[in-house]
Amino acid sequence: MEQVGQRKIDGLWLMVVGIAVLFFLILPTLIVIPMSFSGASFLEFPPTSFSFRWYETYFTSPEWMSATKTSLIAAVLTTAIATPLGSLCAYGLHCSTPRIRSTAQILVIMPIVVPVILIAVGVFSLYAKLGLNYTLTGIVIAHTALALPFVIVTVMSGLQNYDFDQELAARSLGASRAYALWTVTVPQVKFSIQTGAFLAFITSLDEVVISMLVSGGENATITRRMFNSLRDQLDPTIAAISTCLIVVSVGMLIGVQLIGRSKNADK
Amino acid sequence: MSSANQSLPIDISSLSKAYGAVKALDDVSLNIAAGEFLTLLGPSGSGKTTLLMALAGFVRPDGGSIRFGDREMIATPPHKRGLGMVFQSYALFPFMTVAENVAYPLKIRGVSKSDQKTRAERALDTVQLGGYGDRRITQMSGGQRQRVALARAMVFEPQIILMDEPLSALDKKLREHMQIELKALHQKLDATVVYVTHDQREALTMSDRIAVVNHGRIEQVETPERLYRQPHSFFVADFVGESMSAPVKVANDRAHLGESVLKSDLPIAQGSGGHRLVIRPELLEVTSGAVPETANDLSGRVNDIIYQGDSVLVIVQNDNAGEINVRVPANRAGQTGLPSKGEQIGLALHPEDTIIVPEHVS
Repeated sequence: MEQVGQRKIDGLWLMVVGIAVLFFLILPTLIVIPMSFSGASFLEFPPTSFSFRWYETYFTSPEWMSATKTSLIAAVLTTAIATPLGSLCAYGLHCSTPRIRSTAQILVIMPIVVPVILIAVGVFSLYAKLGLNYTLTGIVIAHTALALPFVIVTVMSGLQNYDFDQELAARSLGASRAYALWTVTVPQVKFSIQTGAFLAFITSLDEVVISMLVSGGENATITRRMFNSLRDQLDPTIAAISTCLIVVSVGMLIGVQLIGRSKNADK
Repeated sequence: MSSANQSLPIDISSLSKAYGAVKALDDVSLNIAAGEFLTLLGPSGSGKTTLLMALAGFVRPDGGSIRFGDREMIATPPHKRGLGMVFQSYALFPFMTVAENVAYPLKIRGVSKSDQKTRAERALDTVQLGGYGDRRITQMSGGQRQRVALARAMVFEPQIILMDEPLSALDKKLREHMQIELKALHQKLDATVVYVTHDQREALTMSDRIAVVNHGRIEQVETPERLYRQPHSFFVADFVGESMSAPVKVANDRAHLGESVLKSDLPIAQGSGGHRLVIRPELLEVTSGAVPETANDLSGRVNDIIYQGDSVLVIVQNDNAGEINVRVPANRAGQTGLPSKGEQIGLALHPEDTIIVPEHVS
């Protein structure tokens, strides 16, 4: 009996700690939402009045809209490039020998491990030579480099649960390698590829440090503009934009989860 | 399924493949007749799967030649070899139905939708899965999945079918049943079958001929009966069937076990590393009196008697050959009465059963 009681107390502790951690993770994100509906002209919490004026400011400002457009285009292009490239890279690594695989894995993960500011400085100096600073192309290339590891890692873990004999079987049955890959392998790691694409999109959309250095002018990303506005004028427009970004991110996350669930139900 | 296609012979010559210092295939030559059921038998790591994968085109050999009929295949990619292949893991596509799996090779070959359907159904009928087409793969049992894999590999009437331990994931009873069924199926199909297994009984049951593979080389290629009764090397004798062995001295084509000369009707194969007498437990005869002059005398004292259901194993200590296992059928043993522990019994090994092999093939 005593042991059961002890276990209950342990369970309670675990729950309390778990909930506390969840709060610390989510609260800072959620706090901007009420702030965005504030009527005051500076960031305050809790808000003392309610209004949509900061949303209005955001959606009517040509600068903010242009930055949003730049960010969305960059994110879409990054996703469109990083997803197939990263998936093929994961496939190639999966097929190669363990030695090549483990070496390549370290190289591939590098952009996640190295401080982004270092990458940003490096990219900036390189782009200065190539004339890519303040161009959309430059942003997309840098973001693709950052997003690739996420795609590679998710697709590789998806491939690990896949019986590769299936692709060999398809090829022995008359399918060329590309056809076997497309009709047999891809459908079975689709969920990993979608997750990788989602992560690539979010990586690009949320990226600040590289964007601070290499984006600008008419090709400034929304994160860069937010950062500057935080420094210069600190008004709740940023809270309104953040709330929009949260809605987009969470919406996509739920979408990916739903797709995954319906796919699992299929099995 | 139909006799429109002609099975093809396979000629493998001087095939070699090395992984670093390990020779997975060491100058392998093998001729497989059209329509033959040939089994590559060997322990794991012997190179049998590498050889099969080289036939399929998934392993690129370092040198040698593979011909299907008169076409050289060594540089042909897997999907252009026209083979049916069955994998150990079945390798069925889980997101397709049974019928879609079976129709996959037909779809690639541009067969019309309606033809795909009828041919897939016919193939499923052949493996006794008629009416299962709309099921999902996950709804099928292990044995049924094996049949689906078979149907998929033969639906396009390939002239050659490769099988990589296709029955090893099944339980013993189902496996034995499927062995008989596969053999019957082979007789119905007009296809050359190359089958890989490490299970010697499976090889003996199903094959027209067995190629025993060891260390990347083929030790012997023979019909099951001859392989069992006249192995060419100690490895083959030891790997195929149950056996004990004792070292013998060979001089002038005669083998000596201790002081006595062994009488044998079988040729003594040449090789290196000395020779051994191979004694199979079921080939020994327990004699009531003295061992007749015509047979080799392996008499000794009974060490132990072990009841094994279908037979009784009598373990006898012989002065020259050491411990010998003798298998006595349970029925006759029950009638005539078993020897008791410690008793001296007569054991005869007849000349036609006296197998003498070299330690290594030359």
